Amino acid sequence: MSDCKQDGPLRRTPLYEQHVSLGGRMVPFAGYEMPVQYPSGIVKEHLHVRATAGLFDVSHMGQFEIRPRNGNIETAARALESVLPIDVLGLASGRQRYALLTNEQGGVRDDLMIARMDDRFLIVANAASKKVDEEYLRATIGANCEIEHHEERALLALQGPLSESVLTELFPDVRAMRFMDVRTFKIHNAACVISRSGYTGEDGFEISAPAEAGNMIARDLLRNPHVAAIGLGARDSLRLEAGLCLYGPDLDLTTTPVEAALEWSIQSCRRFGGSRAGGFPGASIIMDQLQNGAPRRRVGLRPDGRAPVRHGARLFRDRDSAESIGIINSGGFGPSVNAPVAMGYVASSEARRGDSIFAELRGDRVPMQLSKLPFVPFQFKR
Amino acid sequence: MLKYTADHEWILVEGDTATVGITFYAQEQLGDAIFVQLPKVGDVFESGGAAVVVESVKAASEVYAPLKGEIIEINQSVVAEPALINTDPTGKGWLFKVKIGDRSQLDALMDEHAYQAQIAAAS
Repeated sequence: MSDCKQDGPLRRTPLYEQHVSLGGRMVPFAGYEMPVQYPSGIVKEHLHVRATAGLFDVSHMGQFEIRPRNGNIETAARALESVLPIDVLGLASGRQRYALLTNEQGGVRDDLMIARMDDRFLIVANAASKKVDEEYLRATIGANCEIEHHEERALLALQGPLSESVLTELFPDVRAMRFMDVRTFKIHNAACVISRSGYTGEDGFEISAPAEAGNMIARDLLRNPHVAAIGLGARDSLRLEAGLCLYGPDLDLTTTPVEAALEWSIQSCRRFGGSRAGGFPGASIIMDQLQNGAPRRRVGLRPDGRAPVRHGARLFRDRDSAESIGIINSGGFGPSVNAPVAMGYVASSEARRGDSIFAELRGDRVPMQLSKLPFVPFQFKR
Repeated sequence: MLKYTADHEWILVEGDTATVGITFYAQEQLGDAIFVQLPKVGDVFESGGAAVVVESVKAASEVYAPLKGEIIEINQSVVAEPALINTDPTGKGWLFKVKIGDRSQLDALMDEHAYQAQIAAAS
């Protein structure tokens, strides 16, 4: 896990006291004190999410509201299309998309969720990037858009097969929501926004609320015997099993959306031949790669044996070759598959071959099988 | 006799054999163990040499040989079931047995009281 430079002491989310009272082991993460695990431990927490329901505090992430200065939502949509290679104009109210913020080299500044409401857009960005994202958005679309960064709001994620039955006790109407729907709700006298989405591959919901309401919602949810508090350690192992990228290890300024196997996030209207082709940073490089492929590609990998192969391990064609063909970006242990799992970038020619390659591990080379992603099937309610 | 290292290993000395494992405190810090790589019987270590790799979900940790000597037995149970290190670190979670090469090295190790004091000072 990384923690970025911050001035002053570590910040705390609205749920800090709850984490401590539940026995959370607090660690620095992106300038905040966050629970990496609770007394159950990472493996049990991970398995609990896939079996029933887990509650994550992700209030450290960046929550932005974007409104058009001229009151016309289309203006804001077009402004956002100038920095995101996605269809914002066509995103219906009450719907959310995954999007990449790109740079002039076609690399990724951050990955985020963008939701459209009637009169505004909502963006959730990574905690470690939220400050630079805010500066970037103000510099690029600030002329046309009011940008509010809601640093004091809580953000909770409830994930797992029982999420719906648990959450309907507080919000009966969530039953009607499909994957990537977004709705506003009122509870504890506060306006909340709930999306049916998450970072685990399971069905689940993300709940944005003012701090005090967020705390009360968390307490209400944890009172349900099926729900357990889950730390950042299990959040990472869950997203890795789901084949989901983590900005930093898997995505950075040098990775393009095509290399990252995230071209599905770029709707056809923004691609070559589309009605609004290009017009975002790095468009010529990205559109060329969409047509002709990229030199490397993100793949799933499963080591032979039980030893995890982690971030930074170099990849090779065979046991003896001197030249590396790639590198592991995210690697660890998947409790649900009960085996080590990894993702890495390999030369595209190697990614296509589909047979096993080798990773360097403690002075030896371990066979790695190329694997489809996700390692565990998605359970989204589409 | 039972001795400890500053790196949170316990050493049970019986004659000229020492059984080595990690302490309850160490397993707590480590988190859930999911993979263990033990040395081979016959391997010889200097005191402080990296003898065992224990992987948790998040990271790899090394367990050091507390004494100079030759590995005479390893615990295959923890290879099959790494969780034993967490559930029974001082019993079924033992890691290896070493034939003590230099008895004077025992003097440099901590007794129970000193080890508990070290943990208390750390928290």
